[in-house]
Amino acid sequence: MIRRPSGPAGLPAWLYLPAALGITLIVLPPVALLTKTPWSTFLEQVASESSRQALVLSLQTAAVSTVLCILLGVPMAVVFARHDGMLSRVLRSLVLLPLVLPPVVGGIALLYTFGRLGLVGEHLRAIGIDIAFTSTAVVLAQTFVALPFLVISVEGALRVAGTRYEEVAATLGAGPTRTLWRVTIPLIVPSLLAGVVLAFARAMGEFGATITFAGNAPGITQTAPLAIYVAEIDDPQAAIPLSLVLVIVSLIVVVGVHTRRRGTGQVAS
Amino acid sequence: MALSATVVVGGCSSSEESTPAGSSSASRSSTLNVFAAASLKKTFTAIADEFEQQHQGVKVTLSFDGSSTLVNQIKQGAPADVFASADEKNMDKLGEQAVDPEIFATNTLVIVTAPGNPKGITSFADLNKPGVTTVVCQSAQPCGNATDTVERNTGITVAAASEEQSVTAVLTKVTSGQADAGVVYVTDAKGAGDKVATVVDPAFAAVVNSYPIATVQGAANDAMAKEFVDAVLSPSGQQILAGAGFGKP
Repeated sequence: MIRRPSGPAGLPAWLYLPAALGITLIVLPPVALLTKTPWSTFLEQVASESSRQALVLSLQTAAVSTVLCILLGVPMAVVFARHDGMLSRVLRSLVLLPLVLPPVVGGIALLYTFGRLGLVGEHLRAIGIDIAFTSTAVVLAQTFVALPFLVISVEGALRVAGTRYEEVAATLGAGPTRTLWRVTIPLIVPSLLAGVVLAFARAMGEFGATITFAGNAPGITQTAPLAIYVAEIDDPQAAIPLSLVLVIVSLIVVVGVHTRRRGTGQVAS
Repeated sequence: MALSATVVVGGCSSSEESTPAGSSSASRSSTLNVFAAASLKKTFTAIADEFEQQHQGVKVTLSFDGSSTLVNQIKQGAPADVFASADEKNMDKLGEQAVDPEIFATNTLVIVTAPGNPKGITSFADLNKPGVTTVVCQSAQPCGNATDTVERNTGITVAAASEEQSVTAVLTKVTSGQADAGVVYVTDAKGAGDKVATVVDPAFAAVVNSYPIATVQGAANDAMAKEFVDAVLSPSGQQILAGAGFGKP
């Protein structure tokens, strides 16, 4: 029997057609954006006061959200990875909810939580904290949607890494906190970085929850995606340059994650 | 002239295989696509229901969104037979694709606050009172454009906490207590019932927003589209609009 020649990894040749179609579907829209970009005025438009303001706000709020994601997400991931009870499993599913929730629904839910008449917002307001229409609201919206990305990246890595080293550390007399800092965290650094980058990218791209919950005030709550949306209403052409900048930022982020993955081969998400 | 001729030719060739041209356009295509501004949702739904009852076998498909979004969609080839805009600016953006636009309703601005008006807002200027959080529509939206005009006329610039992307978003921010006051249309305020209190500033009377309606050039169902426009302009259509708070053209 003579085997038919096939692809380099012994793949059936027909597989390449749907694969190519899939790649086209994803790559074509950003390319289309490139072809429609008014290059002569590109820099001028990106550097315009409103675009610049929105980009700066996006970068700032996404950075704060990412820090919050690390502070809240890593402990959560560790707890979930080391507990397999019913409660842990239920809580873990709940934490992933923002991942699948339509962003606008997330925004409405946040409104009824941290809004002025919200579950928590009402009490915050009573003590003089009003987060409606502030950059804090933007950060909350971004953290809400980005947190699951960090949790699943880190938790997956912790599960793959197992508990062998931690057990060894314990037998050598290291306390739980010391073990966490010296053994557990270093083991998952690559995945942690990947999770951080993903969370940052998701925070940068947040739109639905932000516009629903935080509102749209230039310089305060108008992040880059909101500025793009608002520009698109009036003049679709004007929305393109800033859109392209976000594509580029996202591209840098995913390329960053991808190279990490190849290096470690153990990022689970 | 040349354009309309092309449309006629196009219309004929598409109907070749079905019924002869004379035997009523209703049987040829029984779906009518109406694109209408979001603020027309209640009234146009009612008008469409009535229209369907009077035209057996006709299904009116309504698409509601911001006028500018709808214009962009139609320009990108969305299959609209009729377009009703919340302002003339967006109808103008459609250019020659809008056939004989006619004003069918008007709307004016009002201030909405929480029920009972706890912040004691009595005028447009009060929106800038300390401790009052106000939201308005984004300038690109008809309601935002109208608010801008009031600002120019009165010389009062509202320091808005947020420029919302639609008039309904402004209303939601007020009814949810997120904002103390918002500038919306009289129809939105009326639709919200007792969830809001309404404050009218005399300056609002000078800023009247006109709603034009037109059939779309090259509509798949041109005759039916014209009939729908007539239904909106008819006494019964006008009564539905007046009931929602719209002013006469």
